[in-house]
Amino acid sequence: MSGWFMAARSRLVLLALVLLANVLVAPGFLELRLVDGRLFGGIIDILNRGAPVMLLAVGMAPVIATRGIDLSVGAVMAIAGAVAAASVNAGHTWPVAVLAALGTGLACGLWNGVLVTIFRMQPIVATLILMVAGRGIAQMITQGRVLTFTDDGLAGVSSATLLGLPLPVLIALAAAIITGLLVRATALGLFVEAVGTSPRAARLAGVPTPGILIGVYVWSGLMAALAGLIAAADIRGADANNAGLWLELDAILAVVIGGTSLYGGRFSIGLSVLGAIILQGMRTCILRSGLPPELNLLLMALVIALVLVVQSPACQPALSHLTARLTKRRAA
Amino acid sequence: MADGAALLLAARGLTRTYPGVRALDGVDLSLRAGEIHALLGENGAGKSTLINLATGAQPMEAGSIHLDGREVRPKSPADAASNGIVAVYQEITLLPNLSVAENIYLGREPTRFGLVDRAKMRRDAATVLSRFGLSIDPAQPLSAFSTAIQQLIAIARAVDMSARVLILDEPTASLDNAEVAVLFRLMRELAASGMAVLFVTHFLDQVYEVTDRITVLRGGKLVGERRTADLPRLDLVAMMLGKLPSGDSHLQRHAAREPGAPFVTVNGLGKRHLVAPFSAGIRQGEVLGVAGLLGSGRTETALLLFGAERADAGEIIVDGEPVTLKGPRDAIRLGFGFCPEDRKLDGIVPDLSIGENIVLALQARLGWMKRLSPARQRELADTYIQLLNIRTPDAEKPIQLLSGGNQQKALLARWLATKPRLLILDEPTRGIDVGAHAEIILLLEKLRDEGMALYVISSEVEEVAAYADRVMVMRERRQAGMLTGGDVTPAAIIDAIVTPVEMPPSGRAA
Repeated sequence: MSGWFMAARSRLVLLALVLLANVLVAPGFLELRLVDGRLFGGIIDILNRGAPVMLLAVGMAPVIATRGIDLSVGAVMAIAGAVAAASVNAGHTWPVAVLAALGTGLACGLWNGVLVTIFRMQPIVATLILMVAGRGIAQMITQGRVLTFTDDGLAGVSSATLLGLPLPVLIALAAAIITGLLVRATALGLFVEAVGTSPRAARLAGVPTPGILIGVYVWSGLMAALAGLIAAADIRGADANNAGLWLELDAILAVVIGGTSLYGGRFSIGLSVLGAIILQGMRTCILRSGLPPELNLLLMALVIALVLVVQSPACQPALSHLTARLTKRRAA
Repeated sequence: MADGAALLLAARGLTRTYPGVRALDGVDLSLRAGEIHALLGENGAGKSTLINLATGAQPMEAGSIHLDGREVRPKSPADAASNGIVAVYQEITLLPNLSVAENIYLGREPTRFGLVDRAKMRRDAATVLSRFGLSIDPAQPLSAFSTAIQQLIAIARAVDMSARVLILDEPTASLDNAEVAVLFRLMRELAASGMAVLFVTHFLDQVYEVTDRITVLRGGKLVGERRTADLPRLDLVAMMLGKLPSGDSHLQRHAAREPGAPFVTVNGLGKRHLVAPFSAGIRQGEVLGVAGLLGSGRTETALLLFGAERADAGEIIVDGEPVTLKGPRDAIRLGFGFCPEDRKLDGIVPDLSIGENIVLALQARLGWMKRLSPARQRELADTYIQLLNIRTPDAEKPIQLLSGGNQQKALLARWLATKPRLLILDEPTRGIDVGAHAEIILLLEKLRDEGMALYVISSEVEEVAAYADRVMVMRERRQAGMLTGGDVTPAAIIDAIVTPVEMPPSGRAA
């Protein structure tokens, strides 16, 4: 565990800086209020809004660890939302709609996994297919409109509260914990890292490489479907054009900020979630700062570029040198 | 350097060390103008390193290179080329999407008013190519031509860069017989014009067909330089594989033992284009050695036996039952283990720790649900680190930071942890320092005495002769013999490697 905290340290510092920036922008940011059994406050807001990207990052981290990538998650969110909305509108109960959406996510993941594993397509190309086609599929389901629904059960996925916390936060945290246990309490994490680092060596050591590869894409599809449910419930409607738009990039960024290399290998679910929270924190801060919205994307991009440059191997020697000097000075 | 003046290229004492292994150790190479000179050796002998030093692709640690009596210190391949030393590699290093002319003049395009003069480039390219008997359109993309033509174009580029020393690294590996003949004619013409051609290959027939002299490397050291005409094939193979024709073996052959129960029997196992059907039996407590030169099909037999390649002929019988291997997992389930030849690419998982690398195969066999607890993982790792004397402060260190010998021990540990019944080892002692080398041999003998069956591919014939109960000899991708009992001697192995196998005349180079 100490190794995890060592790795987490720089991200926790970053998170603290982001939160500090939020406090400077909005002095009441850290306050928590309990209203009608639900917590309100800046941090809850970040977690709640960040839940979809947290979910996507949880699914994306193992995919990237296998030296792959899943560009389709935004589109899968749109499909899952559309399936859920269409189901309740067709008279099904909300649990059926939720299961239908999750099943759709699994099927999308399986499609990606089969293309990558059986047909050996490059992951970026294989998932690009569904990224493009997925929105079309979602539009076919919604018939080109925003498919609104009135089912309170389904809307509750976004608006319900449990233990004082918004349900999306709990869903994202539960998904992160379950995924973390799935990869670390079993040998899946080791297998994923072995396949991502050296597929040939992993195969010769007897690692079930095809199963692992298909599995990570299926899981990513499932996480995307959960995120899609939250997004649809949030607006009480399925918007095939805009649901999850560009969120695949946020998810990839969150995983990279979490320290997983795009060349595969070591990965951490916890740090990827932390990356997603940092991203949302930055976004909230910029929005609240009252800066012109057209600056938002630019500022985000600058901050992210800075973070990645600092994390890059080229900067590490200089950084550790600096740390060593600071420590020495403190000791003296 | 008494004969230095007569030499076109005189490399002396070339040395280069990689972490844990001396890849090249004080090697000399002498090339005379007008000769075709073969550079021979098994994988890991130091051929690539020698080429890299001579072309400036890697810096040399010690040694010197004189070209025409003038010292050169190439800092990069481009620098070496400007001095007249050019290498053409097996994988064409030209750019397939550019035209033939652009490839020939890449980096030194003729210009006119500051712009590339394409017309002149094409005209010049056509002239250069016609010198090589190639009447092709230089405006065509390189990828439009066969590997053989691309190879010739690469050589044309080298010659046009006024190369004086041309290094050809495995140029014939992907050529058919007619193309080889064209290449050889060209090599002879170039030599006749006063160049020195260094021909790196593993086809011994071609060495005898085209070269004047031979330099042999083994384990990073120079074994010797001979005139091709004066060196019988048997002696050449002995030089390559480490049996000095006169020298007595320092390794003692182990006493004959009672053979164990038959464990694995291979009947006519083969795959088209990979290796012709071979047959062998492996008993418990027995070492089956596999000998042969590079490219003889020795590694391919292991791939089939381990299910890494699917056989299309023959059968494998384990404990009297025929089995089918759909992949390595099937083989592992039967109690097989495999340490591949290319440790870095096929063996270790570089980013993972030593401990994770050691438990990987056992964990894969147990399945993902039955995770070995961290305590159990640590216990296993520590046990094998101690047992195999792996030199590391702890099991947490990434395996890529270990030396080659310790990586190999960790890979052995990976399989030993699965308690295998058959261990397949492809060149287990290649590129390993002397100490670890001896330790691994001792370990193999201990495992054999404990009843494990071992299938050991090795180009160290003296070693194989010392510890193997029987030796299967491979030649030109087919089984060339099986030596048993008193016949297992270095001389007999080399003899079997050299003696041509009966085969239809069209079998070569396919």
